[in-house]
Amino acid sequence: MPRRLKPHPVTVALPALDSPHWQSPLRAFALGMSSVASTVLTLVLFATYLGIGALAHDSQFSLGWVLGSTLLVWAGPAQIILISTLGSGATAVQAAIAVTVSAIRLFPMVVSVLPLMRTPKTRRRHLLLATHFIAVTLWVECYRLLPQVPRERRIAFTHGLGCGLLTVCMVATTLGYGLAANLPQLFAAAILLLTPLAFLLSTARNCRQISDVLALVLGLALFPLVSMLHTGVDILISGIAAGTIAYGVHWSRERERA
Amino acid sequence: MSEFFGSPHALLILVLAGFLPNEIWRMAGLWFGSGVDEGSEVLVWVRAVATAILAGVIAQILVQPPGALASVPDWLRYGAVAAGLAAFILTRRSIFAGVACGEIVMLVGKWWLG
Repeated sequence: MPRRLKPHPVTVALPALDSPHWQSPLRAFALGMSSVASTVLTLVLFATYLGIGALAHDSQFSLGWVLGSTLLVWAGPAQIILISTLGSGATAVQAAIAVTVSAIRLFPMVVSVLPLMRTPKTRRRHLLLATHFIAVTLWVECYRLLPQVPRERRIAFTHGLGCGLLTVCMVATTLGYGLAANLPQLFAAAILLLTPLAFLLSTARNCRQISDVLALVLGLALFPLVSMLHTGVDILISGIAAGTIAYGVHWSRERERA
Repeated sequence: MSEFFGSPHALLILVLAGFLPNEIWRMAGLWFGSGVDEGSEVLVWVRAVATAILAGVIAQILVQPPGALASVPDWLRYGAVAAGLAAFILTRRSIFAGVACGEIVMLVGKWWLG
């Protein structure tokens, strides 16, 4: 049995690792920014943020406020939760709790992706902006693209990628805000279906080891069971349980081999 | 300018209820994760947990659909995602083909239901 799954074919044209194009950090930033055009996830983000702009308009938030939320929060599910809880008259404390529970997933994402960008000379503050940009899309794209980027240019590249995606989403938020009154119900449903579809498929493509595949399948299967307990942190419980079981299987297979 | 941003109170709530509760997890990852080595076993576990939590977010949207998605019947939501997954596998991992196929199945299903 092969230990690593076959990587998906690489479709982006980035310069070779030893190319002189990588000598300037500014050039690396520009290459990161233009990589936004190489992934369908950009389209998914665009549509999702059209929806968020429209939702904010319908919930009577100002355009500046929702643009501020895209810039500062930078996580689709958290923004949808924030706008819909505040819009339905919940208190700021209730909204903050709902947002923070949805954001726990960012912790393991940051921990797992930052080692790809770090060099022995990297200080923590150099990673501050890159860390802010990390959400599902950037997490997936970093695994796909960073191996094709020389290590010392990876932070600049990630900054470019993040700024590119942020620009697209700011435009989409503004458009969605302006179009809100004209968006039919069916379109709203189609936008909401984009998130689970794109999350599922991009995570499936991101699977590198058998433990990743197991974690995805077990996580999908365990959540409906755990959600019957109504703990308020169902996602956290099912996620840690499924991830740990998946890791256990990986661990015992490694032991058998050794 | 005040019309563009709304009241200062609303902006304060954005920071206190939106930005800080969300960003704290990223900063925690930056703080606690800085000693982790790229090839380490801990990272295999952390990535499995990140993947499984994400799977939970996906399952939650499908099982407890928000807003307009609730107007799509259960079987059609699950069917659309299954069709998207099938298209993704058949096209050798094309996210575009999978997303497009899932969306088309949902839209055709809604149209057919009337």
